Amino acid sequence: MKPFTFTLRQEPPQRVDLSALTPDRLAGKSVAQIEEIELGVTRISTKVGDLFKVSEGDLKTVRFEGGSSRFDLLGAKLLPGFAIHVEGDVGAQCGRLAKGGRITVAGNAGPHAASGNLGAEMEIKGDVGDFLAGPLAGELAGMAGGRVIVRGRAGERVGDRLRRGIILIEGDAGEDLGARVIAGTILVLGQAKGRVGYLNKRGSIVLARGGCFGSTYVDCGAHDLTFARFFARSLRDHSAPAADLLSRKLRRYGGDTAVYGKGEILTAD
Amino acid sequence: MPDIIRNGVTIDDNFAEAFPMSGTGILITAPNAKWARQAALTMTGFATSVIGCGCEAGIDREVPPEETPDGRPGVRALLFAMSSKDAEKQLVNRLGQCVLTCPGSAVYSTVAGEFEFKVGDAVRQFGDKWQMSKVVDDRRYWRVPVMDGEFFCEGKVGLTKKSVGGGNLLIMGADWDKTMRATEAAVSAIDGVADAIAPFPGGIVRSGSKVGSKYKGMSASTNDAYCPTLRGVTKSELDADIGCVLEIVIDGLTDNAVREAMRAGLHAIIEMGSEQGAKRVGAGNYGGKLGPFHYHLKELLP
Repeated sequence: MKPFTFTLRQEPPQRVDLSALTPDRLAGKSVAQIEEIELGVTRISTKVGDLFKVSEGDLKTVRFEGGSSRFDLLGAKLLPGFAIHVEGDVGAQCGRLAKGGRITVAGNAGPHAASGNLGAEMEIKGDVGDFLAGPLAGELAGMAGGRVIVRGRAGERVGDRLRRGIILIEGDAGEDLGARVIAGTILVLGQAKGRVGYLNKRGSIVLARGGCFGSTYVDCGAHDLTFARFFARSLRDHSAPAADLLSRKLRRYGGDTAVYGKGEILTAD
Repeated sequence: MPDIIRNGVTIDDNFAEAFPMSGTGILITAPNAKWARQAALTMTGFATSVIGCGCEAGIDREVPPEETPDGRPGVRALLFAMSSKDAEKQLVNRLGQCVLTCPGSAVYSTVAGEFEFKVGDAVRQFGDKWQMSKVVDDRRYWRVPVMDGEFFCEGKVGLTKKSVGGGNLLIMGADWDKTMRATEAAVSAIDGVADAIAPFPGGIVRSGSKVGSKYKGMSASTNDAYCPTLRGVTKSELDADIGCVLEIVIDGLTDNAVREAMRAGLHAIIEMGSEQGAKRVGAGNYGGKLGPFHYHLKELLP
């Protein structure tokens, strides 16, 4: 059966909140009812019908034909077993607090993508903004599960306060990668700019091309790690270069000893 | 009762009587097959019978690197006990003393059962707070730093209460050499059956037992009806042509695994024939009233 499809008619005139357009929240609604859902975030009304042509289909997969950098909160609180695909860009907080399921974005994503993700599998084919998988202001922890794969570049502070889960950046990453990480795993296949792993507690940061981490990371030698080989196998279907990186001997830097110090930065050297 | 004869081997019209058990197991990998096997051998040592060892354990099969989660050679070891509590206690103890200690080893769950219990989540504390947890595809794994690198262990392993223990074959021959030849052929055929193990030394037990004893407090004693040296002085089951009896005991994760293992063993004995191997095959039971699983030899014939 074909997926439930929203075809973009025009660029939204304002930022829109798409959190209402997840499969569980669309279930049981007619097309007419769905077209009446208010998406605007200002006093000017923007309804689903104004932006999209809605064609009914299997709600297991919701498909957006056309995207926009004004599409905020797409796939927020998505539940396990459902999927959302966007043939274009998305705005801020894509996949925010998603419990599970799968989100794929063919274009770029804005800031705070995968923020507070609890178990969703996300793939962004383009670039992402700052604070990938990070918490919003005032929250104590960022992403707590799931897997996020970015094929392009990522902005600053990737994985801020990451608690659990896997983040893979195939391109370059901005400054302060893995800052304040609690636990979890971050892999960067491109170049990580600036400081890496600042105040990392128990997380693993894997860098293909090295990076700048200060004297609070301590060299623990190069090792063949069974866990890395296991990780490589589980990532092989999603990213062959990442699997290749993890299959190599990795140099382990323990830290950040400025804090708890049970984390690590692994580099291929 | 009418005897069935196949390729010169007499098959008793009898059945093996088996009992429900709790079954669990682990997949052990290592940098090479030798050390994966060593870890599994050590873990399944002193695990021949629940009577004295607390569990019955053995190697199910060697797993090639392509099939293991970390791409290293592996060995699948299975463990059976009378209760899930016993199975858990035995596996955790054996894992901590025999597998954690074995150079290069890593441990993964390999039994898809109705229950799970903590394994890595128990031995992780050996890491003295240096251990690290990784969650991959919703399963938790532990990295415990040890002197040769890291011990990598899945947090929980599966357990099934649908396992069966006590499938058996009594192999009878003219002398020790011929009986052993047939029994070894049967054991190597049983090795090829998935989800089943033969927990005794090399898969074979020579001291089959009966229930009860003339001594107080002994629950089992020698099966005098099958002892060739007592043929004349006891109520023997053996005819004059039998000089040696060996037994194979089989535990399996499922009823079907035990049946297939017995079938494979029986076929191997029959294929060898009475000239080279055994003259007669029987099976042990307690009259059929104790165990719910009955495996009739005549139903397993080729």
